[in-house]
Amino acid sequence: MSALLGVRAVAKRFGGFTALDGVSLEVGAGERFGLIGPNGSGKTTLINCVSGLLRNDAGSIRFADEEISALPAYARARRGIARSFQVPRPFHKMTVLENLLVPSAYVVHMKDAEGEAKAMEILASIGLARKARAFADQLSQVELRKLELARAMAAKPRLLISDEAMAGLAGTEVDEVLKILFDLNEQGITIIMIEHIMQAVMRFSQRVVCLDAGRIICEGTPQSIVKNADVQKAYLGA
Amino acid sequence: MRFWIGAGLAILAAVAAAALVSYEYFFFAGYTVVMFIVLSTAWNILGGHAGYVNFGTPAFFGLGAYTAAVLYKATAAPLVVQIAAAALMAGALGFGAGLLTLRLRGIFFAIATIALTVIMQTVFINWRYAGGATGLQLLRPPPIAPFESYIKMLFVLMVVMAVIAVALARYIERSWLGRGLRAIRDSEEAAEASGVPTLRLKVLACCVSGALMGAAGAPMPMYLSYIEPESTFNLNYAIGALASPMIGGTASWGGPVIGAFLLSSLQQIITVTISSEMNVLLVGVVLVVFVVAAPDGLLGLYRRIFARR
Repeated sequence: MSALLGVRAVAKRFGGFTALDGVSLEVGAGERFGLIGPNGSGKTTLINCVSGLLRNDAGSIRFADEEISALPAYARARRGIARSFQVPRPFHKMTVLENLLVPSAYVVHMKDAEGEAKAMEILASIGLARKARAFADQLSQVELRKLELARAMAAKPRLLISDEAMAGLAGTEVDEVLKILFDLNEQGITIIMIEHIMQAVMRFSQRVVCLDAGRIICEGTPQSIVKNADVQKAYLGA
Repeated sequence: MRFWIGAGLAILAAVAAAALVSYEYFFFAGYTVVMFIVLSTAWNILGGHAGYVNFGTPAFFGLGAYTAAVLYKATAAPLVVQIAAAALMAGALGFGAGLLTLRLRGIFFAIATIALTVIMQTVFINWRYAGGATGLQLLRPPPIAPFESYIKMLFVLMVVMAVIAVALARYIERSWLGRGLRAIRDSEEAAEASGVPTLRLKVLACCVSGALMGAAGAPMPMYLSYIEPESTFNLNYAIGALASPMIGGTASWGGPVIGAFLLSSLQQIITVTISSEMNVLLVGVVLVVFVVAAPDGLLGLYRRIFARR
């Protein structure tokens, strides 16, 4: 498996607070990668650095053999990095369909007719087709989570970063979202999953990295991670 | 197609009015109303779609007016050339100021644009050639045939400019550009993550919006035969350009047109029948009422009532 994403010695500080302290990891093409860690451990900061909403202070980020850490977020999106947001950020005054037309116009450069057909296909595949003409601010929580993923999918990404797509969802809804992510991975999309719901990450990921206080404390298969003493300490504070 | 028929009819009506109506004041007041349609339409490109509230309308408008006045004083350039130069200068100001200020969000951007207005006013107060604080008297050339009055000519010209401005705004609204700007308004982070080059789009919108405002200001010195900084960089332009889309609705090109037409007409009537202080008060009151009672403007209100049936 060749590395699609290579993060090397990435550091990010906010004033005196070090959010990321020399994080290095690699994600292979087609991999299902889990990123876990307690609150404030730097997970979202790391993916903000990868997706370009934040610039890392030090270190390098390579995507498909290209250094991307100086690129603005939109340019990274065009290279194939898509993400969902932990707190859904829909384009709330647009319809669900129009939400998807933004990346299809700006990333994939599709004409509207073509983009709409593709968007309807995506919405159908995740069970949101019924809501295509509804405005985004009328959606339920689970629909908003799905919209986040659908919009990311409309950008035809090579790497999809799912930032707590299941937070606050009920059991069956978690299964629904998990199935969507499995299906996407089957289509060849590399997926980084950030999640608090342990059971979901463990089921989904082939490999898991655990962050604590801006450092990687453990890396391995889901089975080895749950048994790791450092991980237990970070989560349980024992 | 229906839009272009409407646009053609608007211009035709303006020409017919110029030919048939002899009462000059009608055109004097009408010019201001149509000018506010241009300003509001221009404002809405950045303010309505991208959600960046711009109080800098007087800066762009005034720069346009002064560009025209100075050009006329120096070279006696014809009006069309003055307008083109004004649009160019104001567009350049939009580009430069946009690059500097559009990294700021919300209220901070709004404050920066007020500062821009003050800076521009200060520049022209201190520029002797442009008349300084006392202003510049300008002698109008004779009107171009077939017009027999200069004011009537300016009125028809402004109607043509309004049609161009609205057509441009409508094009932007329906293109990928409008969709990108609306994405920026709803969530700038999500827009970036969806591939929208947010800063580039905002600067472009600011540039187009500024150019239109500058063009709208260009005939002003000829309209008054006079220009001076205090009234040219007056914040009332900012308020009017902002209030009209709020009243009409910011979501589509029709909102600023309807809003500017109603508000400006009402202002003209009140200025004549009551007082000019009263018309400023009116804008404030109407604006507050709409922000509270109909945040999506008249068009939004219409759609809500229509959808319920």
